[in-house]
Amino acid sequence: MKQLFPAQHVLGFLFSLLLTLVALVTVWFDLSFAAGLTILVVTAIVQASLQLFLFMHVKENAESKTLYMNILYALFVGLVTIFGTLFTMHWGYMVK
Amino acid sequence: MKWDEFFVTGEPMIYAAMVSIVVVSLAIPIALTYFKKWNWLWTNWLTTVDHKKIGVMYVLAALLMLFRGGVDALLMRAQTAIPDNGLLDGQHYNEIFTTHGVIMILFMAMPFIIGLMNVVIPLQIGARDVAFPRLNAISFWLFFAGAMLFNISFVIGGSPDAGWSAYFPLASLEFSPTVGNNYYSLALQIAGIGTLLTGINFLVTILKMRAPGMTLMKMPMFTWSVLITNVIIVFAFPVLTVALALMTLDRQFGTQFFAMQSGGMDMLWANLFWVWGHPEVYIVILPAFGIYSEIISTFARKNLYGYKSMVVSMVAISLLSFVVWAHHFYTMGHGVMVNSVFSITTMAIAIPTGVKIFNWLFTLRKGKISFTTPMLYALAFIPIFTIGGVTGVMLAMASADYQYHNTMFLVAHFHYVLIPGTVFGVIAGFHYWFPKVFGFMLNEKLGKLSFWFIIISFNVTFFPLFILGLNGMTRRMYTYSESTGYGPLNMLSMVGAVGLAIGFIILVYNIYWSVRYSPRNIKGDPWDARSLEWSTHSPVPEYNFALIPTVNKLDAHWFAKKEGKSLTSGKYEPIHMPNNSGLPIIMGAAFFLWGFFMVFSWWIPAIILGVVILGTMAYRSFEKDHGHYISVEEIERTENALRGEQHEN
Repeated sequence: MKQLFPAQHVLGFLFSLLLTLVALVTVWFDLSFAAGLTILVVTAIVQASLQLFLFMHVKENAESKTLYMNILYALFVGLVTIFGTLFTMHWGYMVK
Repeated sequence: MKWDEFFVTGEPMIYAAMVSIVVVSLAIPIALTYFKKWNWLWTNWLTTVDHKKIGVMYVLAALLMLFRGGVDALLMRAQTAIPDNGLLDGQHYNEIFTTHGVIMILFMAMPFIIGLMNVVIPLQIGARDVAFPRLNAISFWLFFAGAMLFNISFVIGGSPDAGWSAYFPLASLEFSPTVGNNYYSLALQIAGIGTLLTGINFLVTILKMRAPGMTLMKMPMFTWSVLITNVIIVFAFPVLTVALALMTLDRQFGTQFFAMQSGGMDMLWANLFWVWGHPEVYIVILPAFGIYSEIISTFARKNLYGYKSMVVSMVAISLLSFVVWAHHFYTMGHGVMVNSVFSITTMAIAIPTGVKIFNWLFTLRKGKISFTTPMLYALAFIPIFTIGGVTGVMLAMASADYQYHNTMFLVAHFHYVLIPGTVFGVIAGFHYWFPKVFGFMLNEKLGKLSFWFIIISFNVTFFPLFILGLNGMTRRMYTYSESTGYGPLNMLSMVGAVGLAIGFIILVYNIYWSVRYSPRNIKGDPWDARSLEWSTHSPVPEYNFALIPTVNKLDAHWFAKKEGKSLTSGKYEPIHMPNNSGLPIIMGAAFFLWGFFMVFSWWIPAIILGVVILGTMAYRSFEKDHGHYISVEEIERTENALRGEQHEN
């Protein structure tokens, strides 16, 4: 019976619901901008990885190493593009 | 839109171009009807999903675009050859340097590389086609639609004139009110989607369809370079797609992302353009590195020196290519911190590139070198590309760049990188793989003649530009006064440009000559080469390999030859192949028309064509197409015929 019950998935599902509720806190309560954004970013990252590992089965794929590489590369390019643009066009722009 | 502005008027050269376009577009259908070739063209080429034929079409289109871009270049050199020249006016000159840049990078270098990729990659990894053959045809027709859309701009509506980088605010509606830059954003968008699809297609092909036993570290170097290239395509092209969409919105829908009136940021365009644009440089150079690796190791009769370091350096280049883009605009308002960071990352790229140069040199060392045409290009590439690389390091220094920025020095630098890198690379690859595709060689004598013309004229054309740049001549100036003293060196450069043109004409004549007279009795492996594509027949049968080879090491084909073994075993089985489809070319045509209507903001027809495009996709979703099987008897017949031809000599 224990093997038949998908405990991991049910817990994962509940946890993802919980994360959504936590994210909703930013709307329900009057938080400061920084606090709200921090909560959103943290819950978003946890939520995304939860989906990736529990429901999209990254681990169970035969080529999970390739997939991890791919995700890391995508993260690298994405972060570089966003923060690089901020760096060149905002923080480091028109300063002496 | 005023109708009297629809066609470009007032220039004798443009009228001549119009006449030639009309003549050619009448001559082709008339000739096809006369020789009864419509059916042949449709079934064998236009609807094909065969990677080899798609590759050939890519290369043909690229050669065509090489000549279009080349004529632009000749006109520019002619205009600047003497001081105060009146051959072209300022506007015309602006249009020509813009189309020269866009065409040479996006419609010549890219399709040439993708064409060679198409022809070679499935053969080199022992596969029968790419992962998604239909998608591959769609990629080609989208590229072709984009290229044609861009090319009609110079007779209908006027060409883009804000440079190939189309910087804002110049490219905004306020400063470029004609439809020229709409052509830019839409043609590049359509072709760019095609390239993105190619990237996904080849990534999957290389990762999933390699012959049994070919692990990643046993792949030929060209396959490695293409794998890395496609990773860069998949990650860089979406940035271009977004940037171009924002440009279209800005120019045609009244948004203010880059236009300055309501708080948009003009520099954000330059930023996004180069976030894509610098990886793009490596997209066109890495496959060329792969081609040189194959050619050098084949004609030095040695395995490639430092295989692992080659792979590592390419991976390093692919990562570094994403963190250097701001070096294209050091002088445009950044602080010291930004410029220092980007100086260092840029100079760091010289390290993996240097590793590759030394690997090629060590591959040559003590090799039994045979000086064939492809090998000559590879040998010329090393020193000339090094000049380009070293001047690149000079430009990488932000403080020194304040001197070089936007001068002819920069123009000389990137031509010294892109021509020996990409252009010589694809020409070398063209000569090298030509017999594989067509079953006969290009003439070596004519090949070497055009090589010497091209190599010498290239240096005569572009070396003077280094000096002109240091003397202060800026790029994109359409004329100058005699007192500047730029005249003699520009004239020298013009002489070189004519020599280059002669070289390329000899190259095309070589194709013509070889088609007519070259002997047809070559073996499957005329160069005595190393990788799997040479283990099947030349020309390659539709199914590539009657039996899929099994590989146990790098250069397995070479060692099998030396040991007298065979890479294949077993009996023929029916081969499953994809069916031809007319859908890709219809999609291409729909995209072309959609783009054309969008350029002129003719919304109703544009919306109708948009629905047609969605309709073709929906049709594909519900289409049942399971491909077809080639029977064992037919395989035997084809194989015997191909073998029989080879025994005749």
